Amino acid sequence: MSSTRPTERLAVRKTYKLYVGGAFPRSESGRSYVVHDAKGQFLANAALASRKDARDAVVAARKAFGGWSARTAYNRGQILYRVAEVMEGRRAQFVDEVAAGEGLRRAEAEAAVDESIDRWVWYAGWADKVGQVLGSTNPVAGPYFDFSMPEPTGVVAVLAPQQSSLLGLVSVLAPVITTGNTCVVLASADRPLPAVTLTEVLATSDLPGGVVNLLTGKVPEVAPWLAAHSDVNALDLTGTEDRELATELERAAADNLKRLVRVTDHTQDWTAAPGIDRMTAFLETKTVWHPMGI
Amino acid sequence: MSAGKFEYAPAPESRSVVDLRSSYGLFVGGEFVPTVDGRMFKTVSPATEEVLAEVTEAGVEDVDRAVRAARTAYDSVWGPMSGRDRGKFLFRIARLIQERARELAVLESLDNGKPIRESRDVDIPQVAAHFFYYAGWADKLEHAGFGADPRPVGVAGQIIPWNFPLLMLAWKIAPALACGNTVVLKPAETTPLTALQFAEICQQADLPPGVVNIVTGAGATGQAIVEHDGVDKVAFTGSTEVGKAIARSVAGTPKKVTLELGGKAANVVFDDAPLDQAVEGIVNGIFFNQGHVCCAGSRLLVQENVYDEVLDRLKRRMATLRVGDPLDKNTDVGAINSAEQLRRIATLSEVGEAEGAERWSAPCELPDRGFWFAPTIFTGVTQAHRIAREEIFGPVLSILTFRTPAEAVEKANNTPYGLSAGVWTEKGSRILWMADRLRAGVVWANTFNKFDPTSPFGGYKESGHGREGGRHGLAAYLKGAAA
Repeated sequence: MSSTRPTERLAVRKTYKLYVGGAFPRSESGRSYVVHDAKGQFLANAALASRKDARDAVVAARKAFGGWSARTAYNRGQILYRVAEVMEGRRAQFVDEVAAGEGLRRAEAEAAVDESIDRWVWYAGWADKVGQVLGSTNPVAGPYFDFSMPEPTGVVAVLAPQQSSLLGLVSVLAPVITTGNTCVVLASADRPLPAVTLTEVLATSDLPGGVVNLLTGKVPEVAPWLAAHSDVNALDLTGTEDRELATELERAAADNLKRLVRVTDHTQDWTAAPGIDRMTAFLETKTVWHPMGI
Repeated sequence: MSAGKFEYAPAPESRSVVDLRSSYGLFVGGEFVPTVDGRMFKTVSPATEEVLAEVTEAGVEDVDRAVRAARTAYDSVWGPMSGRDRGKFLFRIARLIQERARELAVLESLDNGKPIRESRDVDIPQVAAHFFYYAGWADKLEHAGFGADPRPVGVAGQIIPWNFPLLMLAWKIAPALACGNTVVLKPAETTPLTALQFAEICQQADLPPGVVNIVTGAGATGQAIVEHDGVDKVAFTGSTEVGKAIARSVAGTPKKVTLELGGKAANVVFDDAPLDQAVEGIVNGIFFNQGHVCCAGSRLLVQENVYDEVLDRLKRRMATLRVGDPLDKNTDVGAINSAEQLRRIATLSEVGEAEGAERWSAPCELPDRGFWFAPTIFTGVTQAHRIAREEIFGPVLSILTFRTPAEAVEKANNTPYGLSAGVWTEKGSRILWMADRLRAGVVWANTFNKFDPTSPFGGYKESGHGREGGRHGLAAYLKGAAA
C-alpha cells in the first residue's frame, strides 16, 4: 500500500557557510553552531568563525581593494543595482529567514526585505554622486588648481547589528562598499541566516570576490582580532551590544588609528532615511595642488 | 659647489616691536589668572638660549577651571549667539592679527627659532587668512552640507605643536568658534608666547570671556584636557605616538576626535620633471621651517636616470642656504626648536650612518650658542633604513631611487603614514595617474608645502583622523558630522 502513495519529500537541509574571497568555505576550525528561530526551535547550523577565518577574510578584502576602488563609480553603481535585482528574485527566501530569525509577522518581514532591496537601489544611485557632493575645487589665494575628492579608506571591519538581521546588515554594508571600500562583516550572531543568503546573492551579482567577506560567529571571539588587525583601516562597532567590549575594541583600534563608527543605540530604527554619514565615515579626502600658468 | 654664498650684511628685524612680559599667567574666562595648582617654567629662544619669559604649567585644577569657563561661555553666550555676530568677532580677530602682524612674526621667530622671512611671509598671513575664511562660514553653516540645522559640539579641547605655533592655533580656533564651540587650547611648552599674545587680541576684540581659554604646559596638561569629562571634542596635532594614546584615552567616551599626526612624505621626481623647479621644491619640501613640518618631503624618490644630475643640483642649491639668526631677513634656515629635538635629529642621523647610508651636510657655519643642525642629505638609502621609515622632524632628507612609475607608487606608499606626497613631471596624465594612486591626504604636483584656508588638509592611515581647512574642516566641530 505504502508504495502506491507518494512519499512526503524529504527536505534538503542547507549548510550555512562563510563567504571569503568569493568562495564559501567552512570555518577552518571545523566548528559550527546551532541557529534557532525566535521561538527557540532549531533552524540550521552555521559556521562558527575563528581568528584564522577573520585573518583570511582580511587578506581577501585587502586583495580586492585595489580592483574595487579603481572601478568606475558608474560600474560600482551598476553592480549594486544588480544586487537589488538578484535579491528581488529571492525575495521569498529572505522573507522566510527574516520572519523566522526575528520572529516577525509575514507582513513585517516582507516590509523589512522590501526596504533592504530598496536600500541597495538607493546606494546604487549614490556611487557616482558622492564624489560630487563631497568633493570640491578650492579657491586658494594663488595660481594653483586645487581640488579635493573623497577616496575610500581601505578595508573596513563591520560588526553588523544583532537585532535587524537583514535591513540592519544592508544598512551598514552597502554604504561601505558603495564608495569603494572592501570589508569583513561579522553577521548577527543569533540571526545569521539572511546574511549568508545575502552573500549568495552577492556572489552572483558581479561583485568581485573579496569585496565583501562575511563571517558568522560570536562577537567577543572574532571582533578583537579584527579590531587589532594592522591591515584593517576602519571599524564599525554598530553590532557590539556590550559597551565594555566596545570600549576594548576601540582601544585596540587605536593601535593603527582605525577610523571608527562607534557603538550606537542598538534599538535604532533602520527604516529611517540613512543619510550619508555612513558613507562619509569611511572616506578620506585627498587634496591635489598643481600650479597654473603658461 | 662653486656657487658660494653672496656675502650679505646682516639685516636683523627689530625686536623693539615686541613687548614681552617677564611672567605670564593662564588665560581663563577672559583674564590672565595665576595658577591654582601648577608651577612656572621658562621658555627660551632656541637661537640664543636666552630666557624670554616665565609661563605657567597648568595643573589639573587649572584645566578644570578653564573647561568650566568654556562651558559657561558656551551655554550662556557663544552657543546662543547668532552666526552673524560670531562671524563678526572672528573678522575682528582677523583684522587685529593683520594689524599686529609684525609683532606676532617677531615673537614667533624669537620663541620658535624659525626665520623671520617665513613667520612674516607665510605663518602670520596664513593665520589671518584662516580667521577670515572661517569668519565667513559662521553665518552660513546650514549651507555647508552637514544638514539643515548644524549644531556645535560644545567645548573643544585643543592641543597644538611647536612647529607652527600661531598657525596651528588658527587652524584649531577659527573653525571651532565659527561653528559655535568654545575652546580650551594648550600651546606647546616650548612655544607658548604667541598664543598668549593671541589671548590679548581676544581681549582687544571684546570676545566674550571664556570663549577662548589658553592654558600653557606640557604633556601632563594636555592629558588633563583630553581626559576632562567636560570636554566634548578633542583636537590634536602632533606625533603619531601621542595621537594613538589620545585615541585610546577617549575610547568608550562620546568625545569627538580629530588627529593631525606625523608623516614621511615621498617627493617623487621623474626624469622629465622641470629640474630647477623640482630642486627648489625638494629644498622647500624638507628645509622649510628647519624640516619641522609634519608633511615635509623627507623621502626623495628620484628616477634613476636623472639621479646624478638631481643630486648635483641639490647639493649646489643647499650650499647657498643661509643658516643662522632667525631674526635676520636673509636667513633661510633657523634654529632647531629645542635641545631635546636637536638630540632626536642627531641620534637618528647617526643611526642613518650606522646603517650604511652616506651623509652629506651643507657647508655652513653654525652659531656657537643655541640649537642648530646643518641641512643634511643621506644617499644610498634603502626602504629598510630607519631614516627612510621614521619621522625625523628636522632638516634631514633621505634619497632613494626608482625606475618605473609603478615602483615609485609602491615605494611612496610603503609607509604607515599617509599625510602628503609630491610629484614632479611635465606629463599631465602621469600627474593625475600618480595622484590617484598615492595614499596621502595632500598631493602636491610640481609644487610643495602649499597651504590655504580653503584647502582641506589631513592624513590617511596613521597620519590621523579628519581634515582641517575648507568646508571639510567644519565637520570636526559640528555634532553628528563624520570628520
